[in-house]
Amino acid sequence: MQAALSAGHYIPHLCYHPEFKPHGSCKLCTVKVGGRTAASCTMPAEAGLNVESNIEEMNGLRRTLVQMLFAEGNHFCPSCEKSGNCMLQALGYDLEVHTAGFRHLYPDRPVDASHPDILLDFNRCILCELCVRASSEVDGKNVFALSGRGITKHLIVNAESGLLKDTDIALTDKAMQVCPVGVILPKRVGFRVPIGKRKYDQRPISAQALDDAPRQADAGDSCAACEGSP
Amino acid sequence: MATDSDRHPADLDLILDRHACDPGALLQILREIQERYGYIAPAAISYLGAKLNIPRARIEGVAGFYSFLHLQPHGEYRVLFSDNITDRMLGNQALMEKMCQQLWLQPGKVSEDGLVSINTTSCTGLCDQGPAMLVNGRAITKLTHQRVQEIGSLIRNRTSLTDWPADFFRVEDNIRRSGPLLDNSIAPGDVLRAALFLSAARPELVEESRGSTGSPRTEIAENIVEAIKQSGLRGRGGAGFSTGLKWEACRNASGSEHYVVCNADEGEPGTFKDRVLLTRQADLVFEGMTLCALAIGAQHGYLYLRGEYRYLLEPLQAILQRRREANLLGKSILGQSGFDFDIVIHLGAGAYICGEESALIESLEGKRGIPRSRPPFPVTHGYLQQPTAVDNVETFCSAALALRMGAENYCAIGTEKSSGSKLISVSGDCPRPGIYEYPFGVSVREVLDDCGAVNARAVQVSGPSGVCVAESEFDRRLGFEDLPTAGAFMVFDDSRDLFEVARNFVHFFAHESCGFCTPCRVGTSMLKQTMDKIAAGHGTQYDLNEIERLDKVLQTSSHCGLGRSACNPVLHTLKHFRPAYETRLKSLDFEPAFDLDGALARARQMTGRDDAGAHLKTEEI
Amino acid sequence: MIESCKVAVRPELVEGHNDKSAHPSNLRTNGSIVAGNEYKFMSKKLRIATTSLAGCFGCHMSFLDIDERLFPLLDLVEFDRSPLTDIKHCGPCDIGLIEGGICNAENVHVLREFRKNCKILISIGACAINGGLPAQRNHLDLGSCLTEVYLTEPGLAHGHIPNDPELPLPLDKVHPLHEVVKIDYFIPGCPPSGDAIWKFLTDLIAGKTPELGHGLIKYD
Repeated sequence: MQAALSAGHYIPHLCYHPEFKPHGSCKLCTVKVGGRTAASCTMPAEAGLNVESNIEEMNGLRRTLVQMLFAEGNHFCPSCEKSGNCMLQALGYDLEVHTAGFRHLYPDRPVDASHPDILLDFNRCILCELCVRASSEVDGKNVFALSGRGITKHLIVNAESGLLKDTDIALTDKAMQVCPVGVILPKRVGFRVPIGKRKYDQRPISAQALDDAPRQADAGDSCAACEGSP
Repeated sequence: MATDSDRHPADLDLILDRHACDPGALLQILREIQERYGYIAPAAISYLGAKLNIPRARIEGVAGFYSFLHLQPHGEYRVLFSDNITDRMLGNQALMEKMCQQLWLQPGKVSEDGLVSINTTSCTGLCDQGPAMLVNGRAITKLTHQRVQEIGSLIRNRTSLTDWPADFFRVEDNIRRSGPLLDNSIAPGDVLRAALFLSAARPELVEESRGSTGSPRTEIAENIVEAIKQSGLRGRGGAGFSTGLKWEACRNASGSEHYVVCNADEGEPGTFKDRVLLTRQADLVFEGMTLCALAIGAQHGYLYLRGEYRYLLEPLQAILQRRREANLLGKSILGQSGFDFDIVIHLGAGAYICGEESALIESLEGKRGIPRSRPPFPVTHGYLQQPTAVDNVETFCSAALALRMGAENYCAIGTEKSSGSKLISVSGDCPRPGIYEYPFGVSVREVLDDCGAVNARAVQVSGPSGVCVAESEFDRRLGFEDLPTAGAFMVFDDSRDLFEVARNFVHFFAHESCGFCTPCRVGTSMLKQTMDKIAAGHGTQYDLNEIERLDKVLQTSSHCGLGRSACNPVLHTLKHFRPAYETRLKSLDFEPAFDLDGALARARQMTGRDDAGAHLKTEEI
Repeated sequence: MIESCKVAVRPELVEGHNDKSAHPSNLRTNGSIVAGNEYKFMSKKLRIATTSLAGCFGCHMSFLDIDERLFPLLDLVEFDRSPLTDIKHCGPCDIGLIEGGICNAENVHVLREFRKNCKILISIGACAINGGLPAQRNHLDLGSCLTEVYLTEPGLAHGHIPNDPELPLPLDKVHPLHEVVKIDYFIPGCPPSGDAIWKFLTDLIAGKTPELGHGLIKYD
């Protein structure tokens, strides 16, 4: 993934973030390597690898994965302040996802509005663990963790009360900035950017992702992993 | 019982002290708290967090992962009915219903007085003597209506588990056919002695051979690895990797420590041969582990025992102690200075996925049992990121046996690519369920004949993630050439509905998915939903197509084998028993995803209406 | 604007489409036909029905946002049941467009009528596709919703839960259309823009698998 991005090849992803150790849970970045499939974010790049990413088979897979995520949570874009800046939504746009297709699970996930400055809306959580990693690796706070397993897996916060107000999270934390969807939101700033001017209103995520990607000076050398990718 | 554990920090301290406040022992600590208090209270988690210096959220995350750990009070008596298909075939559902009635509660809920909860759990490995249940983690076998009623009364009278009839807890070995492994007459230490003397008859070699690697036992180790390689031994957990190659790779991997791990997390439904080995051949298991330690240069070994086999913990610990006293464990084993090795038993807490070796290692480290991304593999980056040899219980026994017998003799058993013998756990529709030891290459039909099965129409080989073998294929042979197996052999006769078998397995996978990756977390739930829809008589051709679509996604993008094999039961039964599905399909047209008329029930109840307009016919289209 | 108003006709939807003269045609905004040789305009227009179930008619309003393109569209299609025609029941149609999800028994009847009569059925808008705003009651018990609204809400005296047989009963959950009948296409958006609806319909009429692409595909 890193090699591909730094060589200017976009591979769709949700749980990958250049600043954290990849863990490969969302599987959006699955690519085909020599006939086999693998998550590209956790696959070490090697010279001479023939990686196929932007092919219908992989995009079809990604479409289904995005549909699964939409059906799993409660993703009501019209009432979400992250709409227009949401990676899941932007990927849905890019992959021409018109419907979740699957039966919606409509889980009961109460929001946590206890914190004076921060809202947690678990309805939209896609369990990418970016906040877990950011809070642990960058903030050194471990505000977030995952509990449960399988379809009942869920995000929890580091407080005996289970409430965000009893954690030491701060607006300035890295964990505040990494949520790809609309779970972790600063209060009182929603809908500030008008429709039409939001991040993915302008250009599709595929056209923007490379802007944020780590570009290495020697990108030419590190693109070995992408040889053969269209 | 069930009092807040925060009022007993002294007890918590006892548990913590027993584990020297080691954060790596978190799962063991949580399990002991669960056992002591019946649940793990929020205050207890905070206390642990402070003592172990782990964020409390992470502890809660670990406790929330394992199904035998509870974060809320779950009753003084926690009853879990084993819910493998074999338990179902023996009538566990009626028994559970009856018990719920007797104790006035609903499945999954705690009784109002906080006395008891009743629920189901994945296969408990007692398929040959089911239906089975766990009460507060203790296995009870051969449930009958009478036994269930007695248990209900004991619970109502708050009789302590220690005063329940011992007969309830009796677990039979049911060995029906034995071979070189089960018949062995190896005395404790024999194998190790043989190994030490493999390197010619020169015991002094041990002291001399400080080779280039700096290990005093280089040659011995090389000889063991060589002997195991030549024996052709392959892993008995199902995957069949060459044990000798694994030990060699692990030995050659650099690290500050090397570890031996025995995978006794026998979770694949229908498998119970490790349970019997740990009961009857525990010394050989430990001997195999010690042999491995000698081969790879390890000083520490772990036996990861599935929580369902909690009752084996004390007997196994007694055997470990006896081996220490016999100088077969501990410092300078058999007088060989530098040959130090000991084994710790680690109990699981209800998570099938921990049978996957990297998830098992995560669990050993006290974490949520999430499979790691591989490579790197455990042989180079295993427990605590150090080289680790993880092998199945039967593999360690077989390695010990192979070494004792000599490669040539061992290879003479079985087939060319599958040397040695294999324990098969037979259950289901047959008069003689139990353990059968065969040389590899035995046909499905031979096993069926031996266990007395009549009118068998299918056999599920190697559990839900294995293969459903239909009658036309009964001449297929068990072995790595054709039908690799971890040991499960569930027989279904012609009275059985293979659709229900597949549906049970699909529920199992959905329950046991760790939830790490999107395809498995969501896909197994979707699959379960679709199978339930078909079962409820609302299925259509669209649903069969949906299954195929889900399968493709699960197979191509799942993080580990669980997701990749979750559709197997459905695809295999669809292949051989398609009519079992088709006769359930409502029509080939589209059908709603849910019961429309049922969805109006709440509104009917609230309005008191029952007129024609208050109903939705499903046939309208 | 002219460019965006081109409509190609999906051949199999046009009567006599085997006739060589019946080539897809282009239209101008004024509705006149750009001559496809001596192309005779469809002897039978495509029949479209639209309705709103558990929705807000916002998608219909957005449909009207195709503005003057309604005229060329009307050369190609005619409306069956729709708020535009006030026809109460759906007859045999080529295309059905439904906004809103399924929240009560009547919604189910109407949806089934559409499915029975429409060759192609399209979910339009967030509510039809995932339940939308009404589905945000799905994690609540219907009984407590009714109790709160009709019995315990402050200010209510002698309230009762309506039980008139004339009223459709609510379902315990709000469902997207595709969970109740087979849906062929989906136009997402809350509402989808007029341009998106136009693009989708013209693609469909032209026999192309509809694609919206960046800017037109929107979930909000």
